[in-house]
Amino acid sequence: MIKGYEVVVGLEVHAELNTKTKIYCSCKNSFGLEVNTQVCPICLGMPGTLPTLNEKVVEYAIKMGHALNCKINRVCKQDRKNYFYPDLPKSYQISQADIPLCQNGYLDVIMDGEIKRIGIERIHIEEDAGKLLHSDKFDGSLVDFNRCGVPLIEIVSRPDMRSSAEAKAYLETVRSILKYIDISDCKMQEGSIRCDVNVSVHKPGEPFGTRCEMKNVNSFSAAVRGIDYEANRQIEVLEAGGTVTQETRRWDDQKGISVSMRSKEDAQDYRYFPEPDLLTISVPEEKVQELKDTLPELPNAKIMRYVKDYGLSHYDAAMIVDVVEKSSFFEKCIDAGCKSPKLLSNWVLGEISKFMNEGKEISDTKLTPEKMSELIGLISDGKISTAAGKTVFDIILNEDRDISAIIEEKGLAQVSDQSALEAIADEVLLANEKSVTDYKNGKTNALGYLVGQCMKASKGKANPGAMKEIILKKIEG
Amino acid sequence: MKLYEYNAYELSEMLRSKKISSKELTESVLKRVEELDGSLQAYLYTDPDMSLKMAENADKMIAAGENRSRLAGIPIGIKDNISTKGIKTTCASKMLENYTPVFNATVVDKLNAAGCVTLGKLNMDEFAMGSSTESSYFKITKNPFDLSCVPGGSSGGSAAAVSSGEAVIALGSDTGGSIRQPASLCGVVGLKPTYGSVSRYGLVAFASSLDQIGSFGRCVKDVALLQDEIMGHDSMDATSAYREYRPLFDGLNSDISGLKIGIPSEYYGKGVKPEVSKAVMSAVSELEKQGAKVTPISLPSTEYALSAYYIIACAEASSNLARFDGVKYGYRAENCNGLIDMYEKTRSEGFGREVKRRIMLGTFVLSSGYFDAYYKKAKLLQKRITKEFDDAFRSVDVIITPTSPSEAFKIGDRIADPLAMYAADICTVTVNIAGLPAVSVPCGYSEAGLPYGMQIIGRKFDEQTLLNVALAHELAFGGFRRPKI
Repeated sequence: MIKGYEVVVGLEVHAELNTKTKIYCSCKNSFGLEVNTQVCPICLGMPGTLPTLNEKVVEYAIKMGHALNCKINRVCKQDRKNYFYPDLPKSYQISQADIPLCQNGYLDVIMDGEIKRIGIERIHIEEDAGKLLHSDKFDGSLVDFNRCGVPLIEIVSRPDMRSSAEAKAYLETVRSILKYIDISDCKMQEGSIRCDVNVSVHKPGEPFGTRCEMKNVNSFSAAVRGIDYEANRQIEVLEAGGTVTQETRRWDDQKGISVSMRSKEDAQDYRYFPEPDLLTISVPEEKVQELKDTLPELPNAKIMRYVKDYGLSHYDAAMIVDVVEKSSFFEKCIDAGCKSPKLLSNWVLGEISKFMNEGKEISDTKLTPEKMSELIGLISDGKISTAAGKTVFDIILNEDRDISAIIEEKGLAQVSDQSALEAIADEVLLANEKSVTDYKNGKTNALGYLVGQCMKASKGKANPGAMKEIILKKIEG
Repeated sequence: MKLYEYNAYELSEMLRSKKISSKELTESVLKRVEELDGSLQAYLYTDPDMSLKMAENADKMIAAGENRSRLAGIPIGIKDNISTKGIKTTCASKMLENYTPVFNATVVDKLNAAGCVTLGKLNMDEFAMGSSTESSYFKITKNPFDLSCVPGGSSGGSAAAVSSGEAVIALGSDTGGSIRQPASLCGVVGLKPTYGSVSRYGLVAFASSLDQIGSFGRCVKDVALLQDEIMGHDSMDATSAYREYRPLFDGLNSDISGLKIGIPSEYYGKGVKPEVSKAVMSAVSELEKQGAKVTPISLPSTEYALSAYYIIACAEASSNLARFDGVKYGYRAENCNGLIDMYEKTRSEGFGREVKRRIMLGTFVLSSGYFDAYYKKAKLLQKRITKEFDDAFRSVDVIITPTSPSEAFKIGDRIADPLAMYAADICTVTVNIAGLPAVSVPCGYSEAGLPYGMQIIGRKFDEQTLLNVALAHELAFGGFRRPKI
């Protein structure tokens, strides 16, 4: 709530699907290849060419429909959305108008441990357009048509979000689901997931305010900034006695402002009509059910399960589930017999996340769930220290070696033998009489220093827990 | 008799028995083109060297016994809205004056594989919009029976070429009558097959849900031969029907005893010349003599068909022709001030009047606020018209009507009056609206010697029955009458 106003947000998310080929031709669907090489007469819209629908696109969209609890319109059609732009070679986009493939669903978003349900109005399939290229090196604009015909789904939410934070949580959940059901690469920087934001403000109890649509929102953080800016802008207009006009605005993330693109009066008339070149889509009932049955565990359910079954904190569980590779590795370690899921989660979010943040995948390393599981077992059983564990980890990351052999070779086995530890303690206490006195005078942090000295003396091999107990016993008598 | 005067099925025999070579035949047709086309103006493009080379290849194919098709070595003309790889495909528009496709239409691939000899590209109304071939940006094709008359349209070049001997057979396209009406006006046989039976891949779209490629010949057998070659499922066209296609030529049978013919009164009244109706009815009574049963039927929604047709066709055209924007290929206006100005100038200068008229009509009927009143209503009418045909075909096997309400009219007579021009399609558009097959065959001549055409409409995918009726009529009527040109 800002100055007594409630913010109302609705989102349209466009996600590129990761099918092998494009939606209406057999060109490869891949990003980042040389300009105008992934094209054919069909996706270039040359005269006389015709589209034929890639059925995988329908399947992928239905999967998302199931994941977002939608009603699936087994029988639906495709429509032409007509407008002129140089990146749109046919001057119409094949999309879906009045009958989307999926509609009337919802998505539960977890915010601060609470569930917030966001309505899903519809999910439809459509084709992407090309890209305009501008440069100082040439006059005018050039067009790269590689992206033409890349399959998209558009997910339209209901205006059920009440803050930019909720919008962000919604976007993150949507992205996570797309990744778990493996239908989109969700790479923001490659534009494979984009969103348009609808914002309005009103005083609670009053009807919704006039909404503005914001385009060109290219990241989730930009969505947050854009919503906050737009809500404040509208509140300022209202507070100054003005009225918000319905319009489409462009978000300029660099300047941090939205600028008016066109008003409702200038809104484009897309002249939708049924695409005569394509047949009615008709998906058999059994196929719809099969796609539902083969849906993997979705991220929210996973988070709940990690909390319930493995005792992880909600935060940690969400952090692991956020990255498919992390959660898949986590689960494989559990399957391999890892007995301490909590310690494992610390390692996944610590050491493993560290190298993953540097752009390396788990599959790029020599790390296996079996070895990780063995390592966690050794640490939790006190066989080696955490520090020694890190040494082992660094080695098994790069070399396919036996862990026990590494411990042997490096002499990393933790000393838990009482007499050996006592000998070390005696030696350290003798050499640090001042610290002993300090501790006795109430400087409790001296204990840490003494344990540290013991660890040093043992070259890190002493079991720090056992060491601490021995020292305490000796000082306090 | 010169070689170009023979029918394709006769030439096919002569080629296979090696009485003639495709090269001789092609030379004969090319010579006819050279002599005649200066005045007839049927072709937009010819390349005799290319044609002769294809003929030589066909001869080699036949010599090696590798000719699987009866059309091997037969010279054919192709309407200029059908994509030919490496050969300009202009749709008779300034917009595509310099456009050369990088791919073949499916039908062209099929004809090439059959060993057909391409003669060139035939004139048409711009983007197939018209009923006289006068809206071509490049030239006005004449009617071989009277050079001061139109050949009909939009496939006027195809009809005139076949009629005059400038081609043995030809491909056309039919959206509202564009094969049947010119066939009627030029005294030849023209078949508009069932929607979905011939791939549209490579046919530059006018109205996608109505367009269909079809065949011209001087006799029913030739049309059957060509149709056999081009029909069939194509995975490149989602609207192409997946089914079994039985060869029509082999199935031809002129015995029509017991066949039921429906005569819809709506097609013989207002707007149709009494002489035309009379010629059609006398042909029908001839069929009756051969054992057919004639019943009057009613197709009451016919009077709305023309309106529904122009709404649906223009709506789709406005979208189909939007891609001609000056960005990628074709015409681009000079001296433009920004993108919008470039679009406006390119499309204003690149399209002719009739095309612009239809784009505007189509844009209007699809506009928000008008969609329900026009497009949606037209689609409802389409359903009704289709149902009326379905109901009629429960009691009759074919429906016979005039093809064109009149014989060929004078060049320039209707060009200033679009509604008079649209009325030329009054008997043919319903067939496209309902997706049915229909054939036009000559059935009489005016006092001035201009041909009248009879339209035989059949059930979906029942081209065989309509061609059988057409053959029975042809045998009784006497077949093709050569124009004195």
